[in-house]
Amino acid sequence: MITISSRFHADSLLTWLLRLTGAAAVLVLGGIIAVLLIQSAPFMLEHGSALWRNDWQPGQARYGMAAMIAGSIVVSVLALVIAGPVAVLLAAWLRYFAPSVRRPVLTLVELMAGIPSVVYGLWGMLVLVPWINRLAPPGASWLAASLVLALMILPLALLVTDTALGQLPARYLQAGQALSLSRVGMLRRVLLPQAGPAIVSGLVLQFGRALGETMAVLMVAGNVVRWPTSLFDPVRTLTANIAVEMAYATGDHRVALFASGLLLLLVTAVLLALSWRLRGERHEMA
Amino acid sequence: MRWPDRLAGVIGALLLLAVLVPMGLMLWSLLEQGAGVISVDFLLDDPRQAGRAGGIAALLVSTGWILAVCLLVAAPMGLGCALYLSEQVPAGTRRAQWLGGTLDMLAAVPSIVYGLFGYQFFAISLGLGFSILSGGLALALMVLPLMIRSAEQALRAVPFSYRQAGEALSISRWGWVRRILIPQAAPGIAVGIILSIGRALAETAVLLFTAGYVLRRPDSLLDSGRALSVHIYDLAMNVPGGMPRAAATGLVLVAILVILNLLVRRWLHPAQGAWQ
Repeated sequence: MITISSRFHADSLLTWLLRLTGAAAVLVLGGIIAVLLIQSAPFMLEHGSALWRNDWQPGQARYGMAAMIAGSIVVSVLALVIAGPVAVLLAAWLRYFAPSVRRPVLTLVELMAGIPSVVYGLWGMLVLVPWINRLAPPGASWLAASLVLALMILPLALLVTDTALGQLPARYLQAGQALSLSRVGMLRRVLLPQAGPAIVSGLVLQFGRALGETMAVLMVAGNVVRWPTSLFDPVRTLTANIAVEMAYATGDHRVALFASGLLLLLVTAVLLALSWRLRGERHEMA
Repeated sequence: MRWPDRLAGVIGALLLLAVLVPMGLMLWSLLEQGAGVISVDFLLDDPRQAGRAGGIAALLVSTGWILAVCLLVAAPMGLGCALYLSEQVPAGTRRAQWLGGTLDMLAAVPSIVYGLFGYQFFAISLGLGFSILSGGLALALMVLPLMIRSAEQALRAVPFSYRQAGEALSISRWGWVRRILIPQAAPGIAVGIILSIGRALAETAVLLFTAGYVLRRPDSLLDSGRALSVHIYDLAMNVPGGMPRAAATGLVLVAILVILNLLVRRWLHPAQGAWQ
């Protein structure tokens, strides 16, 4: 009797404990959304439309973030335009043209994926910015930020593409060989289109990572609040803006920074939903 | 071989170079700047003159404490949630989808947003201030999805026949979890913990406004302490003449991360997707 009842206690305790930890994960996300909303809601209701203007002068109570929103977008788009094709083509090449070097290269790429973003930023400051400076001063620029981000998102973009190609049925390849198609023809007409949605879904997530990256961009973008017009001009992104100004922001200024955090969260959610949609599933993505 | 295939071979090799050359340059530039600074004393001395001189001992201490707080929270919570997912939520149900979606979202949230949340919630609302505790807790939330996913993967990899055998012996749930499931999944769970350590060590933006950037050795968990990654950023951006030591600190950090990565490989070849 005693063993049974104590066993029952341990089991029901475990059940409840596990339910609690499961709920905690949901609570964390809910908490993040709630804190950002509570911090920024009153301000947004009052001057929400002012946030979209192009005049960021916190000293004069002007909180138009358009230039930084544009900065975030152009920097990330260029990074994706550079890294996306390289990642996809390289993954395909490794799998179908150079299988012998695939393993070692993927090992290296996994190491790259673990390198801290501050170290990528450091590389940008030490190598890229001086180079671009020689080309067109000042060096810390949209181009530098995009190149650093491109190198940063490339590893995961490549690994996702490799996984997507690996999930294609082997019979596609066999059928192609039986028809004696060239490997490039196979890739262009069969393999890449078949794996396309999964690849694009992965790239969308990497675009989200680029948008959300703070440190690497902060270190090489120059951080001047200005509408981005030239590749060689300094830009400031939303994330960098938070990192730069949070240290001394007070009052409405601080609230505006929380509002920009909320905007980042919202965009991330939209991109994640898009990536699920492309995969045709509701879950199973990291 | 046809000409398109040959051309593709050449293009692929060029693309590979386009990735390898920047990585080589990264390593080379770090070594060029920082190698001269690294020595045993660099690891054992405290920083002086805002980090321009001296070593990184105080930062190693702070980083260690932040990491300890982070793991103490993230590991049990992560394991608990992973157990919940693998034991109590049947795959494919609505609840599994919602929880999976929540974890994906948590993994996608930009780290600066975790920083904002940690600053507002831990440092201000809970009154912890800029402290090791605030930083470690915010970091724990950030690595939680990774911890949960890798532990869940390890738990799901335990063969179903073990469960059947356990049920045939009418073992209690708690007994099954404690004596069979967790010991069997232990290597995979350890890999998850190591991956989480790597992610936590690499993170900077979360810590800027939670753990702060005081250079002293922390006396308690409520003191502010600067992590290695924050030190790299601060030296490179805000301290004139700090570049050599920023690069040296970067080398130390990368070395730690490479060792962790090798450990994971050694311990258990990570199942596909572990890097996610």
